[in-house]
Amino acid sequence: MNINDLNTGVENTWCPGCGNFGLLTAFKQAVVELVDEGFKLKDFVMVSGIGCHAKIVDYVKLNSFYSLHGRTLSPATGIKLANPDLKVVAFAGDGDALGEGIAHTIFAAKRNSDITLVLHDNRIYGLTTGQFTPTSPKGFKGRSTPQGSVEEPLNAVELMLASGATFVARGFTGNILQLKELFKQAIKHNGFSFVDVLQPCFTFYNTLAVYQKDCYDLLDKNHDVTDFDDAMRFAREWNYEDGKKIPTGIFYDVEKPSFEEQELKGKNLKDEKVASVSDFLKSRM
Amino acid sequence: MAELSVLIGGKAGDGVKLGSNIIARLFNRLGYNVFVYEDYPSLVRGGHNFAVVRASDKHVSANSSVVDVLIALNQETVEKHAQNIKDEGLVIFDSDVVKTDMISGVGRIGVPLSKIARDNGLPLIVRNIISFGVLAKLLGVDFSVVEDSIRAAVSKKVEENINVARIGFDTIETKKKIPKLDNALKPLITGNEAVALGAVKAGLKAYVAYPMTPASSILHVLAKFQDDFGIAAIHPENEIAVATMAEGLSFAGVRSMVGTSGGGFALMSESLSFAGMAELPVVFVLSQRPGPATGVPTYTAQADLFFSLFTGQGEFPRIVLAPGDADQAFFLSGFALNLAWKFQVPVILLIDKHLSESTFSASFDENEVKVAEAVLWDKQGEFKRYSFSDDGVSPIAFPGDAEAVVKASSYEHDESGITVENPKAIVEMVSKRLKKRDSIVSFVDDGEVETVRTFGKADSDVVLVAWGSTVGVVKEVGELLGLKVVQPLFLEPFPLRKIKQAIGDAKRIICVEVNATGQLASLLQNNGIKVNNVLLKFDGRPFFIDELKSKVEGLVR
Repeated sequence: MNINDLNTGVENTWCPGCGNFGLLTAFKQAVVELVDEGFKLKDFVMVSGIGCHAKIVDYVKLNSFYSLHGRTLSPATGIKLANPDLKVVAFAGDGDALGEGIAHTIFAAKRNSDITLVLHDNRIYGLTTGQFTPTSPKGFKGRSTPQGSVEEPLNAVELMLASGATFVARGFTGNILQLKELFKQAIKHNGFSFVDVLQPCFTFYNTLAVYQKDCYDLLDKNHDVTDFDDAMRFAREWNYEDGKKIPTGIFYDVEKPSFEEQELKGKNLKDEKVASVSDFLKSRM
Repeated sequence: MAELSVLIGGKAGDGVKLGSNIIARLFNRLGYNVFVYEDYPSLVRGGHNFAVVRASDKHVSANSSVVDVLIALNQETVEKHAQNIKDEGLVIFDSDVVKTDMISGVGRIGVPLSKIARDNGLPLIVRNIISFGVLAKLLGVDFSVVEDSIRAAVSKKVEENINVARIGFDTIETKKKIPKLDNALKPLITGNEAVALGAVKAGLKAYVAYPMTPASSILHVLAKFQDDFGIAAIHPENEIAVATMAEGLSFAGVRSMVGTSGGGFALMSESLSFAGMAELPVVFVLSQRPGPATGVPTYTAQADLFFSLFTGQGEFPRIVLAPGDADQAFFLSGFALNLAWKFQVPVILLIDKHLSESTFSASFDENEVKVAEAVLWDKQGEFKRYSFSDDGVSPIAFPGDAEAVVKASSYEHDESGITVENPKAIVEMVSKRLKKRDSIVSFVDDGEVETVRTFGKADSDVVLVAWGSTVGVVKEVGELLGLKVVQPLFLEPFPLRKIKQAIGDAKRIICVEVNATGQLASLLQNNGIKVNNVLLKFDGRPFFIDELKSKVEGLVR
């Protein structure tokens, strides 16, 4: 199949230069390659929150669930529980996954739900025109913090590692080839996979030059992706400070039984017959 | 009328709940219908717990504030309930720790329950079983029935329990022989269990909930029996996750239900609206307790009627059903799930603590509820999740279908599920959703569906109107006083035509509700039905038969 087969023909309304374009291309290319490798197109389900990022579901001809703001991972888990054959990819902004819906983000990782979270981490609220987010740096002057934010940013990679995610990676929309590979591996991973995608917001927070200058690939470090402490060390290498190197690539990748495997124990809910309740009723006599 | 009520009271940890369960099973074995009212504070140890077990030859779902027999495991039970014992009633008490000298006019039966427990090397909690043996002998019941009841209710230390019941049984003589009736055993189930079972029979495959009294026992029973019932029972991080997870399950083709009380339902408001917008079939069980806010967690109220009708931003169709007892809860829970899938709308099953946690003699047949299939896509042409149709319902397909791309959305959308903002498209899709409300109205109120139930004297000039668990007591009072009783089973769409029909040309309408503002009365008035009197109670307790009877008599005599 061709990448253009995934187009819906819907007019794209992201700003020129938006990091979402690179992310969209990387995702579609990943899907094309996964289908070539035997994955079925009909089994992909995209889930999105609300924000600029979320328009992605309108632009890709795949099953999709355009959810509420902050609520991507709980329905994603529901979809996976309903049909374990589905490949469920949740797309969420940093406001979505780390602000409004942070409880769901932590718990999806904690329960190792077999879904993927793609974090559109532009560190700004774009659609609501420029407020600080949980990953904006301290001192950030947004429309809700004109005197500069007084809060430290949240390190999403560290948070996901601490919460129990079994696959943790970071990409950058300026490196589509690497991003596509990370998406493929995340989707193939059995268990909760997280990809932090650093992306500029061309209109409200253009970080492109910084990422182009400071990002490096963990592949160059001979990093053991099964070593949790090492993963944490790299995660803490950069917490949005200027002038520091930014690790990208896979931080952590280990196998553990997923939430759905353990909950369902081989059951497929859609195929279960309606049970008799007569034994239950007899026990109450 | 053959009839007997027993109140057993003690502190939390005294085994009052198990005691009442075994007494209920005994009456079941004697051919009686039972109703068990549980009253307990929000704590794990201490406090004052009691349960009233009422046995009757009729089907009953209410109790009186007076009882025939009081079983006092502590002094507080005597202090709080001695005045509730009928003349010539009996009090069974632990003579080691309880004094009853101040009570007169009743038979006092002191048994050294604590000593018997200690002499047999058993913990004091077995006082509930010993007193049960005493009760059975007082009522002239064969010990074989005592033994059988214990075996049915207890799974641990069964022989020890039977032995101490025998000791209690042998301490006294029969005082008041209870007649045995010729009726078969019936299942004794709580309202919450009935809700769980009805949903299972309608094809429930996933129940998602965060613990909240008084809805929690739905989660407990479905989690415990999830393998037997072929379902998943999931307890996520909060009620927002609960509702949205259920919506994901439903989107992918699995019938799901959630359950909570008012506080949790408040958190689900946005998700409810989402289900309306995205046309996701989900059943929301809302078991009310007194609010606002945390309120009185383990007591009852009917104050969330308006909340269930109006919560959620925007305008979208919903269905609200209010069963009054376990039989209705079983049927309406199943119906709720089938209706959710038939019309692809959120359905709220509005119950309360008094229904959720009371125990009833159930007489439903499990085959009364069957799965009614949703309208599925016929695989002709391109699939559009929100395709326009005459009744507003779009034939459905699920992700994983090779020929369909399924796109659900919380944004306003076109037939394919793609975001739209132009005025014509908005009007079309809002109208499409609202057309479903018209379809629901014609299905439920114009059609054959039973949306309103009537009891009592058909040609009475006075009509008592009640909803939910309050119907049990109202029905009984109506029958005692020769009045008609009308119960709407549906609250949205409001079954106006059938309510008017049921009221007929009655001259006086009295609304009975467990809330402080008379919400059903307002709903009736807003629909042009004049309500003459409103009887309200909002102290966390249900109306009791004697109490309501004298209030109604005060109005109509």
